[in-house]
Amino acid sequence: MISNLDYVTLQQLWWVLCSVVGALFLFLTFVQGGQTLLWQMAKTETESALIVNSLGRKWELPFTTLVLFGGALFASFPKFYATSFGGAYWVWILILFTFIIQAVSYEYRTKPANVWGTKTYETFMFINGSVGVLLIGAAVGTFYTGSSFSLNDMNQVTWQYTLGGVNLRGLEAAFSLFNLSLGLFLVFNARVLGALYLLNNIDFSAVGEMETRLRKAVWTNFLCALPFLLYVVVAILLKKGFGVDEQGVVSMVSFKYFFNLFALPHLLLMLLAGIGLVVWGVLAGAFKNSTKGIWFAGLGTVLVGLTVLCLPAFNNTAFYPSTYDLQSSLTIYNASSSHFTLKTMTYVALAIPVLLAYIAYLWKKMDSKKLTVDEALDGEAY
Amino acid sequence: MIDVDPSLVNWSRAMFAFTAMYHWIFVPLTLGLSFLCAFYETIYLKTGNEQWKTITKFWMTLFGINFAIGVATGIILEFEFGTNWSNYSWMVGDIFGAPLAIEGIFAFFMEASFFAVMFFGWNRVSKGFHCFSTWMVAVGSNLSAVWILVANGWMQNPVGMAFNPEKARFEMESFAEVVFNPIAVSKFTHTSSSGFVMASAFVLTVSCWYLLKRRHIEMAKKSIVVACVFGFVASCFVGFTGDEAAYEVAQKQPMKLAAMEGLYKGERGAGLVAMGIVNDVKSPGDVQDPFFFEVKIPQLLSLLANREFGSFVPGIDDLVWGNEEENIMGVNTMMEKGRYALTDLAAFKEAKKAGNEQAAEAALARFNENQEYMGYGYLDTPEEAVPPVFIVFNSFHLMAVLGSLFPVIFGAFLFFTVKGQITEKRWLLPIGLSTALLGLFAQQAGWVTAEVGRQPWAIQGLMPVKIATTNLSTTAVQVTFAMFAVVFTLLLVAEIFIMLKQISIGPEGH
Ligand code: HDD
Ligand code: HEM
Ligand code: HEM
Repeated sequence: MISNLDYVTLQQLWWVLCSVVGALFLFLTFVQGGQTLLWQMAKTETESALIVNSLGRKWELPFTTLVLFGGALFASFPKFYATSFGGAYWVWILILFTFIIQAVSYEYRTKPANVWGTKTYETFMFINGSVGVLLIGAAVGTFYTGSSFSLNDMNQVTWQYTLGGVNLRGLEAAFSLFNLSLGLFLVFNARVLGALYLLNNIDFSAVGEMETRLRKAVWTNFLCALPFLLYVVVAILLKKGFGVDEQGVVSMVSFKYFFNLFALPHLLLMLLAGIGLVVWGVLAGAFKNSTKGIWFAGLGTVLVGLTVLCLPAFNNTAFYPSTYDLQSSLTIYNASSSHFTLKTMTYVALAIPVLLAYIAYLWKKMDSKKLTVDEALDGEAY
Repeated sequence: MIDVDPSLVNWSRAMFAFTAMYHWIFVPLTLGLSFLCAFYETIYLKTGNEQWKTITKFWMTLFGINFAIGVATGIILEFEFGTNWSNYSWMVGDIFGAPLAIEGIFAFFMEASFFAVMFFGWNRVSKGFHCFSTWMVAVGSNLSAVWILVANGWMQNPVGMAFNPEKARFEMESFAEVVFNPIAVSKFTHTSSSGFVMASAFVLTVSCWYLLKRRHIEMAKKSIVVACVFGFVASCFVGFTGDEAAYEVAQKQPMKLAAMEGLYKGERGAGLVAMGIVNDVKSPGDVQDPFFFEVKIPQLLSLLANREFGSFVPGIDDLVWGNEEENIMGVNTMMEKGRYALTDLAAFKEAKKAGNEQAAEAALARFNENQEYMGYGYLDTPEEAVPPVFIVFNSFHLMAVLGSLFPVIFGAFLFFTVKGQITEKRWLLPIGLSTALLGLFAQQAGWVTAEVGRQPWAIQGLMPVKIATTNLSTTAVQVTFAMFAVVFTLLLVAEIFIMLKQISIGPEGH
């Protein structure tokens, strides 16, 4: 069946697959969100141990998903991989940097002779959860706001944005109100998810007060996220977008994304369902004494994420637009791998359900019992 | 067509080399220690003896400390292709990206998910399932080696693809050829077994330290037996696969082989340099002796390179200026053809843009005649095709010498431990203590041989490093380099201290 798929279908399929990976990553940022909650939520050593160990059983998931996101984009949209990573250099380097310091933090935080001290590793976690997520949001935001680059005959990227003679290589993405709002929304959303996850994962019988704090945090962080979300949604609806005509010529089109939503009604449905589920999860976690909020808010985040990533790519839209030279903009059709490679990768992707199945199975097996104080203080714990 | 800033290229190379070599401090240990943990745990499962559980947990703790920093140094490599080698990523992403994506899907997730069970599942899953998880971590880490080495092997010997002149990039034509690339196969077998050697050496080192300190003696002996069996078998295999690797290099990258052996003038029945001091001021084509001093084993290089006594092994001079007698085309000729290819490619694009189909077709036909030499068109002088002989020769010989020591060391320790005499042979212990360091040197030397020997190519024969970089300012790369140097070093310091502390606490400290 796969061998019959035409090129365009495969290009669209692979954008959807990459978007799914990206959207799952946004759900998994509950780990990052949880990291930023550590200092606020934990008032004692025991409480810190519970939070860190609860997150520590999952930290590899967002990390590895990010790696896969990079790999999948490299394989299916190499021109995007080359243009964005090479062009918006500093944004990506800083994002990576925050993940490098995260990777060792769990393992080293409480180990004897860890040289830099527990606080340092906790700071690393905080930076990863705040700066890292914020910049990822800003980078995604450039799908809508565009970047300032040009491509030459050989498709080499030249970044054009300078400030006072210094080429910022992507850092300027963080100066846009839209990108910043998207980033801040993701940061607060990650904190909401983090609190919901901890509520689901920890046995609070010995630390009841932390449960109360976490339930409150779900609500306050949701309230903080809301204005940014609203701003982003309204801005998207009102924005001019980067449309592509039959000849492949890119031009600015008024209300492009608004029209995309109606041209692709399933995206509209996903967006509304997603927001609804997040709200449901938040209410369940904050006011209903439920431990299941993470599943609703998590699924909701995946749906919103999918919408955000697919909206600027389909319906003749350039997903990685250049504001400097409109015609350098990337579409999923001019940035993709060859037909052969996409086909091959599609066979490979048949393994993804297996992957998801065993991750879910192990998650269930490991988390059927809540994390207790004893376990969190065990000699081998983080 | 493409301006090259040599300082940018060199800093980009330095940064890649630095991050890759850092990654490679930790990766071999992960590859091997994961299997050793699985062995120890399986013995525990079979015997039910709690001492084996203590041993398993102890090595797992060290595994975890090492693993974390392995992961931290890996993520940057994956994205560095985009950030610092974006022209490369665009030109070959159609082929090169696939193994990286597959590595994520098949290997990293497997490792990451079962890792959590292995560390935190002792009281949450059954003993059998726990042991299974430990095995899956080992399988996962070695699967990741498969795919990344498929990627690296492709850079050494690009197969299964064709150039698409319209898009100016290489595209995949056969996935099977990319995966079963002979260089990739020899790389994987050699590299994974060298990781097993590294981990066995590490276990031996730590255990010898306990024996010297007269602590945890029983546990140390048990660890040594398993590690030495594994290490002995693996180190024999490393020698065998190393020979295979050299044969493949001789076939696919003759220039690299010539540099590994410091061979300037090719000959029939060439000898293998067992030991030698390279003349570091010699350059290709001059009359200086390549060595100040050397010991050669006659005929052996011909045998190694072509599996045939008396066969011809080309030297650097033959490869640079050609050798008609032996039917070898020189780099100088290839450069000429490469220039034609580049000119015709430009003409093709020009004609396409102008909408002149006829001219485009004609240019394409001319291009096709020379396209296999396209990469050579970017070289400025024929000598540019010669890698730094001094580095390549010495790193190769360091690796090979150490490679022949390991079976002896593991064999000796195995023999005396099984005979129950290891605690009496105290003179052996300092040797055992040093094996991890020797392993580390061999590891790094191996990659330096492979990668420096590939210079000036990012992709052998197709794309020189200098046109692979991202168009960045040198300062940007310098700043990034400094950032990584500082952070990786701070993390390494912490890793070493934590590791030493855990070793001094010892297995019974839990
Ligand atoms: C403990 C580590 C270790 C040891 C003892 C050896 N090697 Fe090795 N070698 C490696 C670790 C390694 C490596 C780090 O894994 C490399 C780098 C790239 C690769 O494929 O494997 C490598 C590369 C490498 C290459 C270059 C392959 C290429 O460029 O494609 C050759 C020809 C050999 N080795 C040959 C040998 C021989 C003849 C050995 C002696 C018996 C030997 N190696 C021992
Ligand atoms: C992990 C062990 C590795 C080590 C120690 C290592 C070492 C090096 C070194 C020393 C260089 C610089 C060579 C020079 O400029 O003279 C280099 C370059 C490079 N290596 Fe490796 N390498 C490793 C693995 C890999 C792998 C697995 C790949 C591909 C998947 C790879 C791809 C490259 C690339 C793209 C460059 C830059 C271009 C170049 O200078 O050739 N390396 N590496
Ligand atoms: C330049 C080439 C390389 C790249 C791009 C790369 C990429 C990565 C990445 C992204 C990680 C973190 C994975 C995670 O999310 O868990 C990692 C870790 C690791 N890599 Fe590398 N790597 C390279 C070279 C190698 C080589 C040559 C090998 C083996 C032969 C290897 C084997 C491993 C192993 C065993 C780990 C341990 C952690 C893990 O798998 O999660 N890598 N690497």
